[in-house]
Amino acid sequence: MSSDVMAIRTAPVADRPWVETLHSWVTTVDHKRLGILYILYALLFLVVAGFEALIIRIQLIHAHNDFVSPQVFNRMFTMHGTTMIFFVAIPILFGFANYLVPLMIGARDMAFPRLNAFSFWLTAFGGFLLYFSFFGGSGLYGAGNAPDVGWWAYAPLTSRAFSPGHSSDYWTVALLVAGFGSIGTAVNLIATILCMRCPGMHLSRMPLLAWLNLVMSGMVLIAVTPLSAAQIMLLVDRYLGGHFFDTQAGGSATLWMHFFWIFGHPEVYILILPSFAFVSEIVPVFSRKPIFGYPAMVGASVSIGFLGMSVWAHHMFSIGMPSYTNSFFTITTLAIGVPTGIKIFNWLGTMWGGKILFKTPMLFCIAFLAQFLISGLTGIMLGSAAFNWQLTGSYFVVAHFHYVIVGGILFALFGAFYYWYPKITGRMLNETLGKIHFWLFVLGFHLTFDLMHIPGLMGMPRRIYTYEPGRGWDTLNFLVTLGAFIQAIATLVFVANLIISYFKGPRAGNDPWDAWTLEWSVSSPPPAYNFASIPKVGSRRPLWDLKHPDDPDSRYE
Amino acid sequence: MLGSTRSAGRGAVVSRAAGILVLLAGIFLAAGLCAANPVNDNSESSIFDPRSANAESLYHLSKFVLSITGLIFLVVLGLLAYAVVKFRNRAGDAGREPAQVYGSTQIELAWTVIPIVIVVVLFVATARVIHAIQDAPKPKSAMDVTVIGHQFWWELRYPGLGVVAANEMHIPVSGPTRPKPTFLKLLSADTDHSFWVPQLGGKTDLIPNRVNQMALEPEHTGIYLGQCAQYCGTQHAKMLLRVSVDSPEDFDAWVRAQTQPAIQDEREAAGRRVFETTACVNCHTIGGTNGTGRFGPDLTHLMSRQTIAAGAAENTTANLRLWIQNPDAIKPGSLMPAMKLTDADLDALVRYLETLR
Amino acid sequence: MSAITTPISATPPAWNLPYRGKVGMACLIIAESAIFTIFVVAYLYYAGKSLAGPTPREVLETPIFYTICLLSSSITIHFASRSLEHGKRGGFLVLLFLTMLLGGLFLFGTGQEWHRLIYEHGLTISTNLFGTTYYSLVGLHATHVTVGLLMMGIVLIFAVAGRVGQEQSARIEVLSMYWHFVDAVWVVVFTVVYILGR
Repeated sequence: MSSDVMAIRTAPVADRPWVETLHSWVTTVDHKRLGILYILYALLFLVVAGFEALIIRIQLIHAHNDFVSPQVFNRMFTMHGTTMIFFVAIPILFGFANYLVPLMIGARDMAFPRLNAFSFWLTAFGGFLLYFSFFGGSGLYGAGNAPDVGWWAYAPLTSRAFSPGHSSDYWTVALLVAGFGSIGTAVNLIATILCMRCPGMHLSRMPLLAWLNLVMSGMVLIAVTPLSAAQIMLLVDRYLGGHFFDTQAGGSATLWMHFFWIFGHPEVYILILPSFAFVSEIVPVFSRKPIFGYPAMVGASVSIGFLGMSVWAHHMFSIGMPSYTNSFFTITTLAIGVPTGIKIFNWLGTMWGGKILFKTPMLFCIAFLAQFLISGLTGIMLGSAAFNWQLTGSYFVVAHFHYVIVGGILFALFGAFYYWYPKITGRMLNETLGKIHFWLFVLGFHLTFDLMHIPGLMGMPRRIYTYEPGRGWDTLNFLVTLGAFIQAIATLVFVANLIISYFKGPRAGNDPWDAWTLEWSVSSPPPAYNFASIPKVGSRRPLWDLKHPDDPDSRYE
Repeated sequence: MLGSTRSAGRGAVVSRAAGILVLLAGIFLAAGLCAANPVNDNSESSIFDPRSANAESLYHLSKFVLSITGLIFLVVLGLLAYAVVKFRNRAGDAGREPAQVYGSTQIELAWTVIPIVIVVVLFVATARVIHAIQDAPKPKSAMDVTVIGHQFWWELRYPGLGVVAANEMHIPVSGPTRPKPTFLKLLSADTDHSFWVPQLGGKTDLIPNRVNQMALEPEHTGIYLGQCAQYCGTQHAKMLLRVSVDSPEDFDAWVRAQTQPAIQDEREAAGRRVFETTACVNCHTIGGTNGTGRFGPDLTHLMSRQTIAAGAAENTTANLRLWIQNPDAIKPGSLMPAMKLTDADLDALVRYLETLR
Repeated sequence: MSAITTPISATPPAWNLPYRGKVGMACLIIAESAIFTIFVVAYLYYAGKSLAGPTPREVLETPIFYTICLLSSSITIHFASRSLEHGKRGGFLVLLFLTMLLGGLFLFGTGQEWHRLIYEHGLTISTNLFGTTYYSLVGLHATHVTVGLLMMGIVLIFAVAGRVGQEQSARIEVLSMYWHFVDAVWVVVFTVVYILGR
């Protein structure tokens, strides 16, 4: 039946002129196609922002380098950070959520398909708007000029006095527009998960991926909106002469910091929760065991969601808050280590006693576990306010959050690519190229980000375009740059694998990993309507029940 | 489809490789943390080489936090490595699923309670240090310095002593027998900055429209390097800071020198005229002249400083000339304009500036 | 293999999930609440911190009449949606129109107040911190009222054309949720601006 479906779906596409194909993609409201659009869009920006990272790293390869001017360097780190967070990480995770959530909960589409398309295009235009600043950033003043205020855009650096022209406006409007897109998708995901589950899919039977995306979407609703509000205030300041962040008229620079980090820190959890979701799906399948402690995993996710909203000021330990405020944000920050620890231990518990298969997705997940552990521990160091006074604003912080975002989120994402690529395209990714990609990336990652901690401990602040010789930072920075290039090469291997396997990869079949969730019950790629008839489920692992009718999960849950 | 027949031989190789990965991560990080300590000799700003009371207590806290997190790291990574090696799929048992275990309340409870205990311990240790540093009373013997952050230099005012300096801070050494801590009042004239001299203490930001405090209690004389640690604009990188911790005698001598009226050497009247008749006076002050600007550093005792341009260049004749004529060559994007003087005027001006001891 | 059926009991229990429109609107309301919270925080943080006049005490007058208008429109839209649920299309039309009228009156009141502040007291968004925060917060709310009126206007056009029937009552319920939210926000804004902020 599934091969018939595929034949019906693919045959007309091949004959259609490309304009029609393009039109069908641009006007699509299908969650799977929008998911793919999100992912491709994010990959495009991943390459762009990665390129910016390389420019930063080349400039810092030795003391007093003049590869780029300070102005260009400042634009590069601003664009790198903004792009990676808003136009790579969020879209790519939304893309996977879009693609997978309806399939995994047995729905035919998202709750609001047209809102889905609208949200995607908002996000997409946000990214293009940001990059248009290279052409229009200086407005009537002359040549191109991207924003150079850092991705936090601390006031009053963004005021008209310190940021003339329009580069900061492009930054603000781009993020505002993309933020509305994120809110739209979050609303959609919540409505889908709460209202579109197939019969039998109680909340307590949902795959963890759906749970984590539910929590993530809830966080988007209350965390992205403060940033939108602050952006509106910034626009009022810049265009209507308001004084929200105008320190000359009594406005407060610290208010912007609070508003930004009320968004900024939950944002990290918004990104890491979907990554947890991938790991929570991949680790059980390749350990051949169900997830250990499902209720604890759900509880930990929800409590990370709540705690994550109460830690923002740990980014501001150096702004001179009173000692009790610093202590409060220390305890909330450290407390988040508890549910996070529970998650790590449960993944270990899942592997414990299993039969671990070292396919590429699992390799990325194992590396994720080790690296996420380390980033969590450096996070504890940073969470201790007094220790933080030495660490904040230094390269130690840069190393820490790259450990989270690259070592955690990106590794989980790579795992997700290798795991779900067969479902999305119908073809397997090449395992050999996958292993090369993995090992090269691991090498480059550790060379770059392990060593990056040290200059920070030796007094090197972040966001400096150059440094003085003789401080002991040179060799380390050289090695860090070397690692960055190894990562770039590994990423090229990955992109090559994506392209080659799309044409040459072996056919995947419905269920190449012998997995247990609903998406593996349909053909690869799934038909437009997902399920010919809406499935009914009786446990958290419907396909396990199907494959083991003598010993179904429903008996034990 | 159900039977998982997989190449078990390759799986074993891969599992060994995964073990190597885990080790790799550990070695890199451990090497990193160790490396930060011994390299003190050529690094003058490691946080693990504290030279003041506050930096010392931060250092002790950091050792405590590092040892606890290091222990967690070893235990969890050990468990992971064990699981990866022990529970890898082996040849011979392909096709059979392992025992399906769904969880255990006791174990969940254990790995919830133990981290909570660790969190409480870490919190108490941190809160003590926060309280000790932030809520320390100000002794009568303390000296006040007002630090004002500018794009991209430091203005230093000693209200009790009548000294105005820039970029190179002199403070007296403080000891248990003769406590002489320095209390900084941190302000900003434009954007956010952050005061950071790693060997003397943590960071405190300088924020416009806000007054911050910070205490330095250095226990060893010497020169300590720091720099702005909060992105403040184009030349954030070259907003360097050096703190000279002087013996009481040296410090008194420095204060005496700084409170002298500016030297007016009549032989260099031509250079002084250049200073007074160009845009210099809009931004710079030299005592006894008509220059009273505060937008740039006070130059009354320029020659007492080792560096110019906020530490970006050594204070030499050649650098002074370059800095006045083409500041972008030293510090592109700084707010010092290129003065475009004739060679004769430039020579006279530099000669005049070099008399300002 | 595209449909999965696992052995379940012969008579499956009823499978009822919430209406997606309501869940979606509830989510939107949560998100909007966060935006308003930030603006309210900014308003309170800057209350009394303006470096120059005019101050709220000098220029603000409490808009009691227009507040009553807006709050009573919550009641009318509630009964409008009830009428539609029971199939009374005439009653629905009248009550919807009444709601729009009350909402419109409120907007007119805001406009009048702004006109007075700008032309009599010289208070604009760039005058001082009070002006900045006041116009932003009240303006943000007025924008939401306007959006609500536009949505109701669209419904009204369809209703006059006879295209809104009992089948649409769930959707009208969603619209009424939004309107209740806008009214609830006004209670907060009113308290903050006209009571606490003075």
